[in-house]
Amino acid sequence: MDPLMPPPIRRIALDRTPTVAPPRGTPQQNGAPAESSTAAALRGPRPVAALVRERMHLEGVWLAYGENWVVRDVTLPVRQGEVLALIGASGSGKTTLLRSLNRLTEITSGAARAGRITLDGHDIHELEVNTLRRRVSMVFQQPNPFPMSIFDNVAYALAEQAPEGSRRRRRRSPELTGAVEDALRRAGLWEEVGGDLDRPALRLSGGQQQRLCIARSLAAKPEVLLLDEPCSALDPISTATIEELIVGLRESVAIVIVTHNLQQAFRVADHVAFMHLGELVEYGPSEQVFDRPREQRTRDYVSGAFG
Amino acid sequence: MAGATAPVSPPGAAIRPPRERVSSWPLVDRIFYGLCWATGIGLCLIAVWIVLFMLSKGISNLSLHLLVTSPAASLHQTQSGGFKDPLIGTFIVAAIGIVIAAPLGVAIAAWLVEFGRPAWLARAVESSIEMLAGTPSVVLALFALIIFSQGFLSFLSQGAAHGALGLSFFNAGITMSLLALPLIVAVTREALQQLPARMREASLALGKTRATTTRHVLLPAIRPSIASGVVLGMGRIIGDTAIITLVLGVSLTNEPVGHTPVVGYLRGTGSTLTSYIYNNSPAGDGNSHEKAYAAAFVLLMIVLALNALATRLAGGGQAGTDNGRRRVRNTLLAYARGGATS
Repeated sequence: MDPLMPPPIRRIALDRTPTVAPPRGTPQQNGAPAESSTAAALRGPRPVAALVRERMHLEGVWLAYGENWVVRDVTLPVRQGEVLALIGASGSGKTTLLRSLNRLTEITSGAARAGRITLDGHDIHELEVNTLRRRVSMVFQQPNPFPMSIFDNVAYALAEQAPEGSRRRRRRSPELTGAVEDALRRAGLWEEVGGDLDRPALRLSGGQQQRLCIARSLAAKPEVLLLDEPCSALDPISTATIEELIVGLRESVAIVIVTHNLQQAFRVADHVAFMHLGELVEYGPSEQVFDRPREQRTRDYVSGAFG
Repeated sequence: MAGATAPVSPPGAAIRPPRERVSSWPLVDRIFYGLCWATGIGLCLIAVWIVLFMLSKGISNLSLHLLVTSPAASLHQTQSGGFKDPLIGTFIVAAIGIVIAAPLGVAIAAWLVEFGRPAWLARAVESSIEMLAGTPSVVLALFALIIFSQGFLSFLSQGAAHGALGLSFFNAGITMSLLALPLIVAVTREALQQLPARMREASLALGKTRATTTRHVLLPAIRPSIASGVVLGMGRIIGDTAIITLVLGVSLTNEPVGHTPVVGYLRGTGSTLTSYIYNNSPAGDGNSHEKAYAAAFVLLMIVLALNALATRLAGGGQAGTDNGRRRVRNTLLAYARGGATS
């Protein structure tokens, strides 16, 4: 060991039995009161979405880049009406798992998979890939608006393939303008940019750019929204805006968010899945995972969240 | 109180780190440092010298009269006319060449970077482009002449005793496009490779095909680079002599074939500024070096203007990082210099 480097403070135990909680609705085995210690204090009461139904299901999913299996045997539901957060240390396979949900892993050469992922009961690998990606949209870690105007960014996402006439203002149809406004409103950006949609998107602030990316993803009316650490490049105020947005969106879209920020997972998620070295260690309602983890490994990891 | 506004400058004098003294360097380093300065300044001097020389020679011999009269066959310099036809010819050849090379080059580059399957074909295309870039233009010209002399291609020039004449603006322009093609491919390719991967992912994640992504996101994002590649390609075409000599025919004036307005002109033979300069230099038949100087001056101005335009275009635009842009510009310059073989 390098004498200058202090040893890691917390070690994550290495037993390998995944513990998956029963889905929401079935009675909790643990008899502790629902609103226990830190949960209520940190988040406050939040109404559960009216309608929760399963949209995607992962069944024994394995994913590899080359010879490396980076996701091992993950089984998870993704439900509309709630936010699912994937947490875990770097290299635990969260992002890869997320990208596999709309088959973005396929653009990396050498990617391999096993297991079954379904969207409304259909295997996603049997769906046409572009249709799938319109239904399961993704927002990335770095805000990545296209180098065009705000309007064109959203209009591009709206069109089936090639955007028709979005470049010329005079050819903008009322439907197109309405749909763009709707998407920007849903992403909470309309008040800030509605006055001048012809501004280049790259002139916006980082937080606005990220919300524009969310608007762009929402424009195609996706059923599942994947967020890969959407706030890691943003300041606290932009982060708070986006978190509110995520919670507000869960009624209409199923949301999966990957985050390194445990407080964020706690603030936005209804269910949390903790991954470690490619395995799903624990899955359950976020209060349970954060307050009463059943696994030693989860306890070690989330204890960092509250000091 | 008045303390609400922050002071504009710090109190006291600004402290700057002391400049490094060259005299403290080892002798070898100092010698090399001096050599670097000398070569840099020498290069500038040579460039300035060329421009000033052409400027003085050119302007003293240039007159509006030269630009608007056609060359004529005469032993008297006062009656041998100007270079209106070669000037027009230069623009025609450049236009034909670039109209062919630009879409083709962008398409090839887009395919190479964004698709590139099967891999062996991509490799083959890449090597072919590189080979094309390294081929001297006189070799291209000879090859083109053989091809265009085939009888079934006589619609591009005019019929001859056996097959076709093979000399025309069409043929010269088509051959010239091969000269500009590698440049445009290289610039477009470099620019596409410099685009961040997240731009592609963003579009694919919205359910767009690779083709839509390329056409509507990636290519628009690199428009400044493509434009500067095109402009430099034009510079390359305008400066070439060998292809003009072999495939355009270097007739004294531009000679249309038949009476079809535009097509007839393009099927005919002609000349450009480069061939005009050659002919009027002491090595050529015309032997009128005053006119050669004037034409050379005009040619130099056109090429310099195009290069300035290319630099401006490559520096503009909103896509890519500064670093990426600089790399694109370096590729441009490397090709522009390395390609001036004839």
